[in-house]
Amino acid sequence: MKRQIAVLIGLALAASAALAPGSSSVDVGIKEFKFAPAALEVRPGTRVTWTNHDEETHTITSATGAFGSRGLGNDETFAQTFTRPGAYEYFCALHPQMRATVIVK
Amino acid sequence: MDRLDRRGFLQCMAWTGSALVWTSAGGVLSSRMIRAAEAADTAPGGFSFVQISDTHLGFKGQANGDAAATLQQLLDRVNALRPAPAFVLHTGDQTHGQKPGAFDALAEMLKSVKTERVFYVPGEHDVFLDGGTEYLARYGKGTVGARGWQSFDYRGTHFVGLVNVLKYKGEGMGALGQDQIEWLEKDLAPLAASTPIVIFAHVPLWAVYPQWGWVTEDAERALTNVKRFGSVTVLNGHIHQVMTKVEGNVRFHTAMSTAFPQPAPGAAPSPGPMKIPETDARRMIGVTEVTLVRRAEPLAIVDSTLG
Repeated sequence: MKRQIAVLIGLALAASAALAPGSSSVDVGIKEFKFAPAALEVRPGTRVTWTNHDEETHTITSATGAFGSRGLGNDETFAQTFTRPGAYEYFCALHPQMRATVIVK
Repeated sequence: MDRLDRRGFLQCMAWTGSALVWTSAGGVLSSRMIRAAEAADTAPGGFSFVQISDTHLGFKGQANGDAAATLQQLLDRVNALRPAPAFVLHTGDQTHGQKPGAFDALAEMLKSVKTERVFYVPGEHDVFLDGGTEYLARYGKGTVGARGWQSFDYRGTHFVGLVNVLKYKGEGMGALGQDQIEWLEKDLAPLAASTPIVIFAHVPLWAVYPQWGWVTEDAERALTNVKRFGSVTVLNGHIHQVMTKVEGNVRFHTAMSTAFPQPAPGAAPSPGPMKIPETDARRMIGVTEVTLVRRAEPLAIVDSTLG
């Protein structure tokens, strides 16, 4: 019985750890001049990784200057960890009609 | 059909660069694409110049494995022109995404061009990372307020180089801005209406396809200043294909890229680089050559392709 409880506690810890700040990661793709998903909802502490699947260079550039990548070539990535709640709008500095948002809550 | 591996495919897709040769004989420009060792047919007293655009040094992909190699092919053709072009206009996107070393690489390559001078305007790829700091440090000298725009006269023709990529945000359109438009008005004011005008800038100064950002939002306002002139030619790059449009006294013309073609407006889901077989590629790249002949008629610009 004690052992079962220990296992349960262990599972509970693992489960809470998976949701804890800084422990999860999400991918965003860039394809055909679009961010997908364009509206991404994550919890605080989530690390978001963008991968450019286009041949053309793109950037991940925060509308407020809070974060930003250099030009990403094909298959190159950029990652940013979001710690504080809020709506983070970003765009591609080379193709500013490409717009998307990360919502942290 | 023989199997073609990726390497073989890339080899047979080897780009030939593209540029426009503009020839002037006293007032009217005409253009044609460069062909190998072709003589520029300039009338006495005329001159020719070459427009190259969108060299995108640093680009590497299926659409072009070596943007420097295709540019060099083009430069060899430019150097075969007789007489040599008076000068060269580079209408922007020298680099691909400001790749480190790309500005230096282009400057080095252009040293071999047999011409008096190269004039530049920036493309968004040249300025997006640092707001134009590096570009202007290299090419701002001698321009208005070291901000990149300028004008000069050559044998009776007035040339204006404009910057429309430094406010490249919001809707993804080019923009000139109030300061530049006011400067343009003053710059053109003393000129006689018979002066041929050539304006060059990176993003088209007409609405080619706003959905892809192929437009300059305040171009129409700027171009009200050229309405009184008899001969106005507007040269742009950015869209990696030739498009022309005549609107009253103004002839608009876009140049191809020396690096890779882009799809026709709306012809693809996005304006990304086109991967095409060489047989088609040769119809999509080329050089425009312009002749300036002083006549009363509007400008005649003729494009031809390499294929």
